Amino acid sequence: MLRVENAAVRFGGVQAVNDMSLECPPGRVTGLIGPNGAGKTTLFNIITGLQRPDSGRVLLGDRDLTRLPAQRRARAGLARTFQRLEVFGSLTVRENVLLAAELKRGLSRKGEAATEIADRLLARVGLTALADSQAGALPTGSARLLELARALATDPSALLLDEPGSGLSENESAALGDLLLSLAAEGMSVLLVEHDVELVMRVCQHVYVLDFGELLCEGPPAYVQSDARVQAAYLGAELATA
Amino acid sequence: MSTLLALTVAGLVTGCIYALTASGLVLTYTTSGIFNFAHGAIGMIAAFFYWQLIEWGVPTLPAFLLAVLVLSPLMGVVVERIMIRRLGNASLEVTLTVTVGLLLLLIAIANTVWDPLTARRVQPFFGSHQVTVGGVILSYHQLVVIAAAVVVPLALWAFLRQARTGVALRAVVDDRELAALTGASPSTVGMIGWAMGAALAGLAGVLLVSQVELNAITLTLLVINGYAAAVMGRLSNLPLTIAGGLLLGVLQSLAIGYVTISWLNQVQTSIPMVFLFVALLIAPPTRLRVGQLAPLLAPRVPSARRSLQSALVFLAIAALVTAILPAGQVASVTHGVAIAIILLSLVPMVGYGSMVSLCQLTFAGIGCVAMAKTGGSVLGLVVAVLAPAAVGLLIALPTMRLRGLYLSLATLAFGYAMDDNFFSNSSVMTQTLGLPVPRPLGIDGPRPYLLFVTAAFTVCALGVLALRRSTFGRRLVALGDSPAGCATIGMGIRSTKLGIFALSAGLAGLGGALMGGQEGVVGYTDFPLLLSLTLLLMAVVWGVRTISGVLLAALFFELIPHLNGQLGPVGNSVLSLLVGLGAVGLGKNQNGIVGTLLQKTSGLTKLPSLPHPRRAADQGDQPVREEVLTGAQS
Ligand SMILES: Nc1ncnc2c1ncn2[C@@H]1O[C@H](COP(=O)(O)OP(=O)(O)OP(=O)(O)O)[C@@H](O)[C@H]1O
Ligand SMILES: [Mg+2]
Repeated sequence: MLRVENAAVRFGGVQAVNDMSLECPPGRVTGLIGPNGAGKTTLFNIITGLQRPDSGRVLLGDRDLTRLPAQRRARAGLARTFQRLEVFGSLTVRENVLLAAELKRGLSRKGEAATEIADRLLARVGLTALADSQAGALPTGSARLLELARALATDPSALLLDEPGSGLSENESAALGDLLLSLAAEGMSVLLVEHDVELVMRVCQHVYVLDFGELLCEGPPAYVQSDARVQAAYLGAELATA
Repeated sequence: MSTLLALTVAGLVTGCIYALTASGLVLTYTTSGIFNFAHGAIGMIAAFFYWQLIEWGVPTLPAFLLAVLVLSPLMGVVVERIMIRRLGNASLEVTLTVTVGLLLLLIAIANTVWDPLTARRVQPFFGSHQVTVGGVILSYHQLVVIAAAVVVPLALWAFLRQARTGVALRAVVDDRELAALTGASPSTVGMIGWAMGAALAGLAGVLLVSQVELNAITLTLLVINGYAAAVMGRLSNLPLTIAGGLLLGVLQSLAIGYVTISWLNQVQTSIPMVFLFVALLIAPPTRLRVGQLAPLLAPRVPSARRSLQSALVFLAIAALVTAILPAGQVASVTHGVAIAIILLSLVPMVGYGSMVSLCQLTFAGIGCVAMAKTGGSVLGLVVAVLAPAAVGLLIALPTMRLRGLYLSLATLAFGYAMDDNFFSNSSVMTQTLGLPVPRPLGIDGPRPYLLFVTAAFTVCALGVLALRRSTFGRRLVALGDSPAGCATIGMGIRSTKLGIFALSAGLAGLGGALMGGQEGVVGYTDFPLLLSLTLLLMAVVWGVRTISGVLLAALFFELIPHLNGQLGPVGNSVLSLLVGLGAVGLGKNQNGIVGTLLQKTSGLTKLPSLPHPRRAADQGDQPVREEVLTGAQS
């Protein structure tokens, strides 16, 4: 189970995340939504160790990760994808996933070989046909799927996805939904940041709504959707950008 | 006691100049995101220009103003417009090579316009007028320096706080994207930053020129002191930078004053390096960069079979060429192939891992000296690899927690110190006779030796390609592409970085030893820092991601002296033109010549640009505009 307790971080004048707590139990997809600039990506960075929080704790199972650097957290079982892509652009698609699998396996000779893991995962996200292309040349949607495959290659217990559905076609997006549900069914904790409402409604069992860095409300998707404060926050954002 | 005071004051005055130049460096870096290795060269040109104006009879004050407030900012603006602007979010090896190219270009221009063999002197301001303050004698010139070091930072501070542009400048420094959203144009700000930075470089150059020899290279490299101060200020903090400059000036002055004369040379030129390394050690670790760089075309990695086939073909051709080569050409070709081995050492480090060493020839020199001292046996060759590898490890170690740029700065300072202290040291090589270097493994005769060096190159190239196909190679490339991505798949980056730096230094050492074997005798001017820079530029311009790229670069490099000989007196200017074109062209096409050719012939489409953190608008990456959560359902 992935837990965040009272995380907070401030950038100059902006309180990007304020006293935010959440729980992401295994076996379900948990949603994290909120208007642009709500602090979702920042919270991901705090969880994965790319952003040092001003306060708060991050726990995976009964392990406190708060003081660990990013790579140790990854080894402890956290994996993520990025909203702003972080694929290894000069490697091929297969090499991207292969590297993650190799790191996970270390030098052990037992079990599935790293190359087999890579090919299996590429097939799972539907990138087999592109396996030998340079990752930097992929269209955004495919690059997001690649990041997903790479994250899976580390065999994580908690998976954090930052807008994996943007740039995907309707069909691809539906396939992504199926994939997330099957990952959860395998016992993974999945935390999903996504603007695609349909996807969130379909796969998430529990949704947290973030606004100005604070928790606005939480609950099952249908409940959250009907909440007046949530509607106001989104309408407010809508009016502000209009 | 009064000596101490006098030395301290003298040191403070020099420190003022370091502080000024370092502030300029920080200003350009923070506003444009590009570290300007040519900063000192801009100051150098300003100093020569000032000398020229005085020579033409222009009075001091107008000459000073023209050099500092007109020519220097103009250079800054032109450079920003032509070279820097389009670098956008290029990777370190590109941005760094472009400014290094500018440095070489400016030195070449200075040497063409102002014959380096002519001695030039510049009088200090107000001639020899001086005052005595509290028992310390200060010349009017020193007073001017102090005044400048007080007034300029204050003016800078007021400007950044008050003026509209200043506020925009600060906004960009804080956060490019946010600043862009609020309407400050990062490119305008970059231009202003470069103009101001160049003016500060010019000011430092003109203040310094009456104190040191008016020599293009000396003046350009003096800025390494400025780098050390800027690192003290973490490349972003002006007050700390100024403090660093002053401290460095004082330390240097005290060291010169208190250490016996015979050590003077050593001590004086080592202090900036020591200072820089201390600054590196106490700098706080850099946060992982999130947000990707513009991707370059990665040439396809040939399979083991394919590379073996190419190697055999290459060797066959080489054997043929060796057999029919005119006797007069053998030496020069052998030298070229040895250089190719040195450049090959850049492929895994710069080409795959995007880490840049600016002193690769220094490592080559260490390898050469190591072999010369051990003898040309197998053991000698092993030592030629291990010695520079160990030194490389030591240099890289303090920079591991920091951004890649700091490693490059450390190598620059190291190369600079080695030039003055190691290679010129009489226990390393006698200044008049040089150091005899044996041919390894007793391979005598020019043609067999050429074959041997070519075989060594081929084997090393195969090794580099095998490395690229291994897990370590994937780690290396991943590291260059996305440190944040590496961390999130659980990859520790330190061992990879250290490993590749040591390996590449070792390979350079081997190249250096083989080159020394060809020359027979090496002298203290055979491994200069500036030549390392030229070689790096050549490699990146030709394509540092491919074996063929560095091979062509080495052969081209070997051709230069011939070109020079053919072209006679204009040779130098043609060369500087080539260097300049190379640097500018690199900004335009960052894949290098071979990369571009590959791109054209293999019909690969141009890479789409990935999310570009420095430019706000980017479709693919922008968060999709939210649908109203509740509205979407109906
Ligand atoms: N490194 C940083 N420095 C300063 N401010 C930052 C930084 N990172 C994020 N912010 C600010 O923190 C706030 C939260 O940003 P964040 O990217 O976490 O939002 P988000 O919920 O992911 O938004 P989006 O839906 O647009 O991705 C924003 O106001 C942003 O401008
Ligand atoms: Mg986000």
